[in-house]
Amino acid sequence: MRPTVAGAGVPHPLVFLGVFAESAIHGRSIDGEVVIETRGLVKRFGEREALRGVSFAAHRGELLAVIGPNGAGKTTLLSILAGIRPPDAGTVSRPPGEIGWIPQQAAFYRRLTVTENLRLFAHLEKVPDTDATVEEMLDQTGLADRRNDQVGTLSGGNQQRINIAIGLLARPRVLLLDEPSAGLDPRQRERLWEFVLGLAVAGTTVIFSTHNIAEAERYGQRLLVLADGEALFDGTSAELHAAVRESGARDFEQAFVAFLRDRGH
Amino acid sequence: MRWLFIKDLQILRRSPLVTALLVVYPVAIAVLIGFALSRGPETPRVAFLNEVPAGQPFVLAGTKFDIAGARSALCSRIDCIPVSSEQQARDMVASGDALAALILPPDLIQKLESLGSLTPSQPTVRVLVNEEDPVKARLVDDRISSLVTEANLKISKQVTRISTNYLTLLLRGGNFNLLGQTFNVLGLKNTQRILEAVRPQLPANSPFAVALDRVIQFSKLARQNLNLATPLLGSIAHPIDVQKEVVSGSPPSLDAFAISVAATVTLMFVTVLLVAGSLALEREENAFARLTRGLVGRTALLLEKVGLGVTLSIVVTLLMLGGLSLFVHIDWGRLPLFGAAIVAGGAAFAAFGAAIGGAAREVRASSLLAFMISLPIAFVSLVESGTVSPALFDVIKVVRALFPFHAALDAMSGGLDAAGPALGLPILHLAILAAAYGALARLALRRFA
Repeated sequence: MRPTVAGAGVPHPLVFLGVFAESAIHGRSIDGEVVIETRGLVKRFGEREALRGVSFAAHRGELLAVIGPNGAGKTTLLSILAGIRPPDAGTVSRPPGEIGWIPQQAAFYRRLTVTENLRLFAHLEKVPDTDATVEEMLDQTGLADRRNDQVGTLSGGNQQRINIAIGLLARPRVLLLDEPSAGLDPRQRERLWEFVLGLAVAGTTVIFSTHNIAEAERYGQRLLVLADGEALFDGTSAELHAAVRESGARDFEQAFVAFLRDRGH
Repeated sequence: MRWLFIKDLQILRRSPLVTALLVVYPVAIAVLIGFALSRGPETPRVAFLNEVPAGQPFVLAGTKFDIAGARSALCSRIDCIPVSSEQQARDMVASGDALAALILPPDLIQKLESLGSLTPSQPTVRVLVNEEDPVKARLVDDRISSLVTEANLKISKQVTRISTNYLTLLLRGGNFNLLGQTFNVLGLKNTQRILEAVRPQLPANSPFAVALDRVIQFSKLARQNLNLATPLLGSIAHPIDVQKEVVSGSPPSLDAFAISVAATVTLMFVTVLLVAGSLALEREENAFARLTRGLVGRTALLLEKVGLGVTLSIVVTLLMLGGLSLFVHIDWGRLPLFGAAIVAGGAAFAAFGAAIGGAAREVRASSLLAFMISLPIAFVSLVESGTVSPALFDVIKVVRALFPFHAALDAMSGGLDAAGPALGLPILHLAILAAAYGALARLALRRFA
C-alpha cells in the first residue's frame, strides 16, 4: 500500500512514525522520470583527480546509495550535484532550485532554537507560507515539543533530523544526503532511515552517500560504487550481490572489498 | 539579508558573555576615561615638611612675598601631605606612601632675604625621593624640578630688580638705607657733572688737569656702560623667551582627544572582533555552504556582516559617549559629524574584521588574530612625529595608512571637536579602506567553505 501524499513531496505522517519498512522501498519500481543526471563529471583538486568521468541518472522517488571507501569522491560528487562546487568537466542536469542538500556535518546555528533555525532557512528559501511549513516540519521531525530548545542542546540524532528538515523546507524533488547516519547510534540511525524512506515513498529522489556497505545494501534501491573518483558499478543491490558472489567471499562486505581490489582499488 | 541580520542578533542575545562584554566594555571604558578626565592629571603625593617659623614674613628689596599663596600654588601642583618631622617624611617616602618629601629648612627665609643684601647666601631646599619605580621617580623629578625652577625664576626676577636699583643708585645717586642708617650716594652722573664744573677753574698748565680729564672720561664711560647693564640683568633673569607659532595641525582639546582615543579603541575592538567572529562562525556551524548554495550570495553575506558591525558599533560607541557625558562635556549638537565618523570607522573596521574572519576561518583563530593585529596598530597609530627617527616614522605612516585606526581617530577627533582635523579626508580614507578590506574579505570567501 502506497501512503497518501498530502502535498507535493510531503510524505504521510505515518512514514515518520516508522510504519513503512525498507522492504516497501525495495519492492518499488524505479522506472519513473529522470530528475537528475550527470555525464562525464570530472573534478580536480590540484594534481589530484577527485572525480573521473562519473555518469549516472536518478529517477523520481528513487533511493540511490553512493558507496565507496574514504576518499572515493562521494562528498565531492554530492557537492557538485548540490551546486556547491562546479565540475571541471562534464555536465549535471538537475531541476533548478529543487535540490535539498544535507551536508555530512549538521549545518545550522546551534545557539538558535529548532523553530528559529527552521524559520530562518524557510525565509531564505522564500517558502510561501513560512509558519505553516515550519509547523509541518516540526510535526514531521517529531520535534514539536522541543521547538524552543536550542539546537545545540539536542542529541546527535535529533540534530540530524533538524539538518534534514532544513534541507526539506523548500520541498525539493531531489534530496542529497552526505553520510547521513555518521555518528548516530543504532536507534537514531533506525529512526533516521524511517524518515528518509518515507520521503522516497512520497516521491522525493534521495541520493545518499555512505561508506557503510550494509546500510547502502539495506536502504539503497540502486547503488553507485565509487573508488578513487571512478564509478565502478551502477545497479541494484541484487545486481551488486550477484557481482560479488562471483568473488567467493563469505559475506557481502568482504565480497565488496574483493570487488574493489579486483578492479585495482 | 534581513533574516541573517536578525539571526546574528539572536545569536548575540544567546551569548550572554559576548553581549555583556559589548555593553560592559564601553561603559567601563567610559567610566574610566570619565574619572581620569574629571580628576585632572594625577598629582604625585609629596610629604611636605615646613621648618620655617610660622608667621615669618619674606621681604626682598622692600617687596613682601605671599608665603601662604606660594604654598597653595605649590600644593596645587603636588599632593602635599603635611608632616611634622624629617623622620616622618623619610618613613613615608621609604614606605612608598609618598613619592617624595620636600623639606624647607628653618633658615630658608633669611637666606632668601640675603640675596637682596650685599652678603648673599644661597638658600637650599631638600628633596627625599624613592626611586624604586623609575616612572614615578621621573615624574617626581620633573614636577619638583619644574616647581623649583619656577621659584628660582620669581626670586631671580626680584634679585635682578634689587641689583638694578643698586646700579641706578650708582649711576644717578640718591639715598641708601643700611642697618637703619641713611647714606647719600653721589652717583656717577653727579660725579661727572661736578668734575666738569671744576675743570675750567684749573689753571691751563695745572698738572691736575690731565688727571681730572681722565677721571671725567672714566665716569662718563662707566655711566654709559652701566646704563646697558639694566637690560642685560633683565635678560639674565629671564634668558629665554618662548614665542610659540603653530605651523601644522590644529589639535583638539585634550579632553576631546582622550574621548576620541577611547571611542576609537572601543569601536575597533568591538567591531573587528564581532565581525571576524561572526563570519568565522558561519563556517564553523557549516552554514556557509548551505547559505551560499543559492540562498545568499557571498557578497550579500559580507554586506550583512559589515552592516551588523556598523549597527553595533553605532550602538556601542554612542553608549560609551553617553556614559562619558556624565563626566565631561560632549557637544551633542555635533552628533551628525561624529555620527558620520562612527559609521565610516565602523564600516572600515567591520570590513577589516571580515577580512580577518575570512582568512582565519575559525572563531577562536579569528578573534586571536584580530586582537593581535589591532592592538599593535592602535599603539603605532598613536606615535607622534618627532618621537621616533624620521625613517621609522615614515614606516609608521605607511602602516597606519593601511589600517583604519588612525583615520578613524582623526575622524572622531574632528567630529567631536571643531578644533580637530577636518572630517572629509579621514572619512574618504576610511571609505577606501572599507572597500579594500571588503574586496580582500570577498576574495577570502572564495575558499571559505
